[in-house]
Amino acid sequence: MSYEAVIGLETHVQLKTKSKMWCGCANEFGAPPNTRVCPVCLGLPGVLPVANEEALRLTALTGLLLNCTLPSHAKFDRKNYFYPDMPKNYQITQYDKPSAINGHIDFEFGGGVARVRITRAHLEEDVGKNIHFDRTSGVDFNRAGVPLLEIVSEPEITGADMAYEYLNALKDVLIHGGVSDADMEKGMVRCDVNVSVRPVGTEALGKKIEIKNMNSFSGVRRALEYEIPRQIAVLEKGGQLTQETRRWDDAGGITETMRSKEMAHDYRYFPEPDLMPFEPTEAWLEEIRRRVVELPLAKKQRLMRQYQLPAADAQTFVWDRALGDYFEALARKAKNPKSAANWIINNLRAQLAAAGGTLAGLKFPPEYILDIVDLVESRKISSSAAQLVFAEMFSGGEAPAVIVENKGLAQVSDAGAIEAYCDQAIAAHPGPVADYKSGKAAALNFLKGQVMKLSKGKANPNLAGEILERKLK
Amino acid sequence: MLNELTIWELAGKLERREVSALEIMRACLDRIERVEGSIHSFISYDAADALEQAAAADRHLVGGTTRRQKPLLGIPIAIKDVLAVRGQPLNCGSKILGQFISPYDATVIEKLREAGAIVFGRLNMDEFAMGSSTENSSFGPTRNPWDTSRIPGGSSGGSAAAVAADECIAALGSDTGGSIRQPAALCGCVGLKPTYGRVSRYGLVAFASSLDQIGPLAKDARDAALVLGAISGHDARDSTSVEGTAPDYTAALDGRIKGLKLGLAKEYMIGGLDGEVGAAVQAAVSQYEKLGAEIVEISLPRTEFAVATYYIIATAEASANLARFDGIRYGRRVEGSDPIDLYCKTRGAGFGAEVKRRIILGAYVLSSGYYDAYYLRAQKVRTLIRRDFLNAFDKVDAIITPTSPTAAFKIGEKADDPLQMYLSDIFTISCNLAGICGLSLPCGFTASPKLPIGLQLLGKPFGEETLLRLAHAYEQITPWHNEKPPLER
Repeated sequence: MSYEAVIGLETHVQLKTKSKMWCGCANEFGAPPNTRVCPVCLGLPGVLPVANEEALRLTALTGLLLNCTLPSHAKFDRKNYFYPDMPKNYQITQYDKPSAINGHIDFEFGGGVARVRITRAHLEEDVGKNIHFDRTSGVDFNRAGVPLLEIVSEPEITGADMAYEYLNALKDVLIHGGVSDADMEKGMVRCDVNVSVRPVGTEALGKKIEIKNMNSFSGVRRALEYEIPRQIAVLEKGGQLTQETRRWDDAGGITETMRSKEMAHDYRYFPEPDLMPFEPTEAWLEEIRRRVVELPLAKKQRLMRQYQLPAADAQTFVWDRALGDYFEALARKAKNPKSAANWIINNLRAQLAAAGGTLAGLKFPPEYILDIVDLVESRKISSSAAQLVFAEMFSGGEAPAVIVENKGLAQVSDAGAIEAYCDQAIAAHPGPVADYKSGKAAALNFLKGQVMKLSKGKANPNLAGEILERKLK
Repeated sequence: MLNELTIWELAGKLERREVSALEIMRACLDRIERVEGSIHSFISYDAADALEQAAAADRHLVGGTTRRQKPLLGIPIAIKDVLAVRGQPLNCGSKILGQFISPYDATVIEKLREAGAIVFGRLNMDEFAMGSSTENSSFGPTRNPWDTSRIPGGSSGGSAAAVAADECIAALGSDTGGSIRQPAALCGCVGLKPTYGRVSRYGLVAFASSLDQIGPLAKDARDAALVLGAISGHDARDSTSVEGTAPDYTAALDGRIKGLKLGLAKEYMIGGLDGEVGAAVQAAVSQYEKLGAEIVEISLPRTEFAVATYYIIATAEASANLARFDGIRYGRRVEGSDPIDLYCKTRGAGFGAEVKRRIILGAYVLSSGYYDAYYLRAQKVRTLIRRDFLNAFDKVDAIITPTSPTAAFKIGEKADDPLQMYLSDIFTISCNLAGICGLSLPCGFTASPKLPIGLQLLGKPFGEETLLRLAHAYEQITPWHNEKPPLER
């Protein structure tokens, strides 16, 4: 019997707000312990939460980016459990009326586009961080009360690699949407996995096992690469799995039992009486819709379709958003956007990297790139001359036409002048001439190169080729 | 004696420079020194700080600040130990907070300070406001100034006793199921529970968040109006506080109540009602008729479910609200072998029996498998109870009831019977469930011993003006609010 895995992911993401979820403390990573705290996020007696409006907006925005429905009525609830990193010993979260439901995310996987449905995205508060010393422990509450979005997928991920790609796609969406910096190393994204296995072809889900404590996407992949075969092996040996929570041991590369179903918490959820239900108005939603950006995959597909870009170029513009924006602004005016993309990716990006510059600091207006494309396409300059023109334009900011003029780079299409260069090349290189005549066609390219060299790049290369061929017949 | 006067009287004297704030504050402190031994209204008070505030108030007065600008300027107002006052202890009548000092002011405290009041003292209360007698304080019971063998009511027993005994001019209390009105009734002062949302709860240590409101305990209706006016209004730090500014409540005190309709609920004519209490309330009804009010019989059909509903919702919320007292970050800690052990030992030693009882009850009604049968059902009944009141208020401007079925009982009399204690809240509890406002004022005395009887007026949402108008008009033709308890002078 062969088995398949059924995986659902719960991804926690810190939202990119200036202040925390219920108070005015800075939402900031890396400050000295307990320096970004106040009575509210410390849960002192008598304090009350006030919802951060921007966190509500970013939650709705994420919902839209993930193709979710935004319910007209959402509310907060208290999730009760005791832990030293929890200032109130209850977490304010959204239990049965979350801010976003029923969405999906598309991403490239296995040579095609995969879709995973999103069950819900709900807003809650982060907790503090326990720090263990030799004999004592401390708690840093700087993180307590940071707005946290939990994005829950449907259990329809089928393997470790797909889970990994799903997480990367989700991260792309969040970063592109300006919702989160999604920096794993700063703990801005955390992920719990629910995984079960079942015989292929059956409908009923196996015993659900939750895995916690992965601190990277590759950790999630490794945990699943361990856990799925483990579960299958248990079943194949005729054993039984039980519903439980397991902990991923990253160093050991294994999962181990953390708590059984019997030890599961009863969180005693109930509506948070200190906060009013949230009922977004149409005007408020319209504001959010205006903030919706194009998702990475959709953008890639559109760039390919709209500008006939190859997949790799489109992907480059998706990854490097500033470069993509630069391209798109230019492409709208371009007769041949694909050539403009080539110049931007192969020349502009490379020169910027080499010079350590930025797009904002360029010395020339973007339209000059179109000028170069035009000069090449109308055969006014050769492509090798164009390289010189670009380098000159990049360093000095002069218009391509001026550079061509000043440097005398205009392509020579005068057959008489080119014939003279060809004669010189033939005379100087009898070896290649002999090679060509004995059938080595590639030798013509060498001679053509000599003609270009002699002409200082100005000779029309096609014309040079024709003349050489004629002379060597 | 200055401490026996009302805010209104003292504010006039201060403005005319007949007395100083220091003299008033000293009079209160002298009184406290003399009677605290027999009453124990205060858990603690910071006399030096109070005198400093009084001196500052006097400087304002010399500088020309008027009572129009600061209506409570130089008036000593004492604070229930459930409200956060910066730099002062905050214990909620419990051992669990240990030596905790609040690093911030509650919104009502800020507002009192803006109005010029001298904010002082930590008034005794049932632990975390859970109780009706102030016997549940871990600092020892407060005694009723009218008979020190009796309870002052609760949970704001310290507030009511201090006002009745003239240890302060007015006080703040909190009311979750009657905790302002019932002690006001049993001690013979005026107590007002505002509509939910009228007063910011920021800085009020929560018992039951959806029921709690802060309100004044005062010597008469006008003083209650003055304090309510000072502490009301929208607060951005409390999402449940309503938008807009509060009206000038004293403007309603013109004695005119002709044509107002007062409702008598047939469901409130219960068997357990004390005969003298019933007679006093009946007499008050007649007096209102004489003043021109119209008496209308109404029905509040879900009254019988109120106590059960209340003890589900209030305890559920309390079980979460009190979870933060765990010994980790502040307050008392009893060390343990691991965090769970530390929690158990700390909370086991820090909380009293009634608080534990309610936390357990609250955790139970929220637990998986019981939630629907208890908490969810109670929420539905709560909606019906609110609807009962809103329907009644289609017909009447206010509802008139006894505040408590009996006058003050003896200390220890009901201590072993929590259910009997819960049932004594029958008239006050629905008001919090419905989120409406309620006021208790003195309406007579029992014969022997002489103990105050309270009349309760329940008003529409944000109908505080009507309640104050009614209470004030009644005071104009009755002597009860002027009577003083038989404490040594």
